[in-house]
Amino acid sequence: MAIEKRVRFGNRWLPWLLVAPQMVVVTIFFFWPAGSALYQSVLLEDAFGGSSQFVGLDNFNRLFSDGSYLASFRTTAVFSLLVASCGICIALLLAVMANRVIRGATLYTTLLVWPYAVAPAIAGVLWLFMFAPSVGIVSHALRSLGIEWNHLLNGNQAMALIIMAAVWKQISYNFLFFLAGLQSIPKSLIEAAAIDGARPWHRFWTIVFPLLSPTTFFLLVINIVYAFFDTFAIVDAATQGGPGKDTAILVYKAYYDGFKAMDLGGSAAQSVILMAIVIALTVVQFRYVERRVQY
Amino acid sequence: MVERRPVMTLVAHLVLIFGVLLVSFPLYVTLVASTQTSEQIVQQAPMSLLPGSNLIDTYRAALFGGQTASGSRISPVAPMLKVSFICAMVIALGKISISMLSAFAFVYFRFPGRTLCFWMVFITLMLPVEVRIGSTYRVVAGLGLLNTYAGLTVPLIASATATFLFRQFFLTVPDELTEASRIDGAGPIRFFIDVLLPLSATSIAALFVIQFIYGWNQYLWPLLFTTDESKYPIVMGIRRMLGGGDAGNEWNVVMATAILAMLPPALVVLLMQKWFVKGLVDAEK
Repeated sequence: MAIEKRVRFGNRWLPWLLVAPQMVVVTIFFFWPAGSALYQSVLLEDAFGGSSQFVGLDNFNRLFSDGSYLASFRTTAVFSLLVASCGICIALLLAVMANRVIRGATLYTTLLVWPYAVAPAIAGVLWLFMFAPSVGIVSHALRSLGIEWNHLLNGNQAMALIIMAAVWKQISYNFLFFLAGLQSIPKSLIEAAAIDGARPWHRFWTIVFPLLSPTTFFLLVINIVYAFFDTFAIVDAATQGGPGKDTAILVYKAYYDGFKAMDLGGSAAQSVILMAIVIALTVVQFRYVERRVQY
Repeated sequence: MVERRPVMTLVAHLVLIFGVLLVSFPLYVTLVASTQTSEQIVQQAPMSLLPGSNLIDTYRAALFGGQTASGSRISPVAPMLKVSFICAMVIALGKISISMLSAFAFVYFRFPGRTLCFWMVFITLMLPVEVRIGSTYRVVAGLGLLNTYAGLTVPLIASATATFLFRQFFLTVPDELTEASRIDGAGPIRFFIDVLLPLSATSIAALFVIQFIYGWNQYLWPLLFTTDESKYPIVMGIRRMLGGGDAGNEWNVVMATAILAMLPPALVVLLMQKWFVKGLVDAEK
């Protein structure tokens, strides 16, 4: 595909007029705040915005010597790895099965993709209700099995709750991408292997899975980004970062410190660190996308 | 399928049915809970998994507000649905129009600053709302946009993915079409309206589905920028209903609200499934 058009229009001011709306929004709501977050991150401000002074990298030093911030890093790492791996495995299993069946494949797809439309906050509420310690239907079932479920007291259970809600919401997305990936694998490859006597299990691991690896890697990055940033609403609806700070992922902590604890400099420094993480993840994703084009 | 293996096919169906049941179970519980009274849910715990008879009353209380048994107020959801709908529509249509216009400029014109503009759009991919909450709040507050529809929507309508999607698509439009319209005396605006717009119909439909859902499901943004109940979108409003704690919530009303909040985006996905899948897969290319 051409990167440049051969035929163009000549006009002095029209192109600027066309890009103007996008540029205005981008400048006011993206670059200005990002710049001011950078600037804020080197200031120490009192909570009422009365005075501020330049403190250099103090906010960052303070963050990295703060045990609760490091703990939040660990929480986020555990959370996003589990969300990404569970979501990918379940979706891959379902996609392989859906690719196998002939009858009802469309129906299964429809019934599996709708959670994509559910808002993360609503997903959090749904799962909170099922696991609510005193009224929840699943927590009761667990209690009759001898498992005392109370995510308001038990940090691991709270973590499990937000992971389940986050995975549940993300399966549909992964499923669609795996299904598209599976359908693009040439049938002839599978048939050739079958003629050579490879059993289905063997065929999957030696042919299908390697050919799916670009999709899997892409989904891994997307799922980690999702777990890092889009799950704020799930955490806020289901656990509010509790019990204690056991489910306070980085984004939640940046929000909490900035808007509840009014530590503006610290929150801005956290924003800057989050920006660095997004930039790193985006670079990884795009380097990979460039490679994928050659496949 | 390569070989006939009835047992494997059966296993595949069983796994899929199990998957569908697992995915749908939360929805079923929600639906059933919304047909019961809050006393049934709290006192019978665990609640019955059969539909109750309180369907109409629950949804009436959820939509139009009312009093709980303990006398506290239930805020009506109907106005929140309106706010959500307006926001989702403005965000989806706004994103599509400004991205289309700028993609048109990037592809069909050569002007000083083109590369810079393109990179400015690209970099926004790396600045999601979540990483600049505090500073964006001050900007929006400084512009006097708190508690307004403009504040809820305009900051969200810049879109790198939509711009890239349209750019990719415009690059595949044959040059002959452009040449032909130029020979016929059409200027750039004429060409855009009469040729590009109709050709882009599928891409627009696909993007609309994705962006409508994105707009409808916004949570953090309204959480920061609205303090006025008349501007609460439903996704944020439901969170406000959870103040009562485990047994103190009006769970039936909360669950009815959840259903109402899920319905419009789910309908958009189900009715436009073909475009939805296309939009999802294309947007990531």
